[in-house]
Amino acid sequence: MSVKQISIFLENKPGKMCEMTEVLAERGINMRGLSLAETEGFGIVRIIVDDVYEATTVLKDGGYINKLTSVVVAEIPDVPGGLNQILKVFAGENINLAYMYALSTDSSSDKAYMVFRVDDHKAAQAALTRAGIRVVSQEDIATL
Amino acid sequence: MEKYFQKDVECASREEILDIQNKKLVEQVKHVWENVPYYRAKMEKAGVTPDDIKSVDDLHKLPFMSKKDLRETYPDGLLGVPKEDVVRIHSTSGTTGKRVIAYYSQGDLDLWEDCCARALVAAGATKEDVVQVSYGYGLFTGGLGLDGGSRKVGCMTVPMSSGNTERQIMFIQDLNASIICCTPSYAAYLGESMKEMGLTPKDIPLKAGIFGAEAWSEEMRKSIEETLGIKAFDIYGLTELSGPGVAYECSEQHGMHINEDHFIAEIIDPETLEVLPEGSQGELVFTAIDKKAFPMMRYRTRDICMLSREKCSCGRTFVRMAKPMGRSDDMLIIRGVNVFPSQIETVLLEHGYQANYQIIVDRVNNTDTFDIHVEMTPEMFTDNVSDITKAQNELMQGLVNMLGIKAKVTLVAPKSITRSEGKAVRVIDKRKI
Repeated sequence: MSVKQISIFLENKPGKMCEMTEVLAERGINMRGLSLAETEGFGIVRIIVDDVYEATTVLKDGGYINKLTSVVVAEIPDVPGGLNQILKVFAGENINLAYMYALSTDSSSDKAYMVFRVDDHKAAQAALTRAGIRVVSQEDIATL
Repeated sequence: MEKYFQKDVECASREEILDIQNKKLVEQVKHVWENVPYYRAKMEKAGVTPDDIKSVDDLHKLPFMSKKDLRETYPDGLLGVPKEDVVRIHSTSGTTGKRVIAYYSQGDLDLWEDCCARALVAAGATKEDVVQVSYGYGLFTGGLGLDGGSRKVGCMTVPMSSGNTERQIMFIQDLNASIICCTPSYAAYLGESMKEMGLTPKDIPLKAGIFGAEAWSEEMRKSIEETLGIKAFDIYGLTELSGPGVAYECSEQHGMHINEDHFIAEIIDPETLEVLPEGSQGELVFTAIDKKAFPMMRYRTRDICMLSREKCSCGRTFVRMAKPMGRSDDMLIIRGVNVFPSQIETVLLEHGYQANYQIIVDRVNNTDTFDIHVEMTPEMFTDNVSDITKAQNELMQGLVNMLGIKAKVTLVAPKSITRSEGKAVRVIDKRKI
């Protein structure tokens, strides 16, 4: 059970992010989560979408290099300490996080969703399940 | 066992070759003096007459020829025989400046095809082989040159010409083609296409390929050899001197043997124009000593390379030229160091990038800045910044090792490097000196 994150290569120049989102907007692709890692010369945009196939096709047509990576998406209670609870699980199992970010959710919901990029995907998922934390699948993304 | 097309010359002693060269050179100088007024005027200006040229030792007295002479004499000012004795012309693509039109008598075609046949036999061709010629046919010398050579060896020759990759692969398989001749970039493309079709080297009947007409690196050779399951041979030539086959690689794959019974090679300093001693790196200059219709005397190729007279284990005695490391007009001097774009290409391929790059040189506060833009590829891209920067740093270190100076590498989006007429602009020199 995993979620496919799409990573996109962008040059670190004015307007590049705008051009990329324009391509997604034109084809009606809605992003559910996004994070941006930047260096002096380039950036990596990572996004979570409902329809991975559609989004990667659109990006490819637009001339963007993209790559799919499995990430763990966990459901947490949207209350103070919610994230800390999950991080304790990872810390306790000695699971290293490469990076993490949040998904956008309905503000009336009492749930929040976090995306984790870990080296050992299976171990992280098992640890969360053991701790009684819900791990979200790609199919679930559209329903969040 | 090594096979030769014309063993007597290919394995002749140095004395025998010199003997041939001396005789042919003296005759050729007379021929040019009598039949090419343009070059006669150059000789007169230099104060040389045919009587001054008694052997190869006197070659240095003759004036050079270059692209400029070809431009000035366009279209037929260098013709050395009556037009009715011309049986063929070829022409360059004319990407840099004006086209060159080269003329051939029947004798010229014969000697050129012999050169191509020597290259094919050195690559293992016998009359049992099926040779697919996938160079373009027509004005370009590649197609008809190797075609002629292949027929001289007695191979079944498939005149495919370039393009239509699916049909190329179908013919290779259906006709059991064992040798292919094309540009190295097309060979790489064919290999990729076959891989995509699920074909492995075992399914491909090819055993050897002769690839020329553009610069390619040892890394590219390895990758072509692996994907196609063949031995890849280099071939050198230029339309001005007939076409491919001026020099050819043997099974040693260590430098190309120059057909010295037809071409005399010299290495000169491109600045001072002095002839350099054996083993020096410099500009390659050729004199065609028996081509009659379009004679070339001391033609400056602009290719920078080295010659070696070291004994070759293949048994051939012809001098070997190293793969040209660049063109004297491509060479950049950055912070006092000679940099050839081909060196950068080699390092990029070694590090897993494609050879899509652009060099940007500028001068800030009296110091040269040296930036290389490299296109990102799907293979080199990951979701992790640290993986990408690690590869980028390794690339920069590789460039320092190769060039001796540091370059700043910027990763850019695919296909973002400007291409004009299909050819990428490799160097942007903004320095105002």
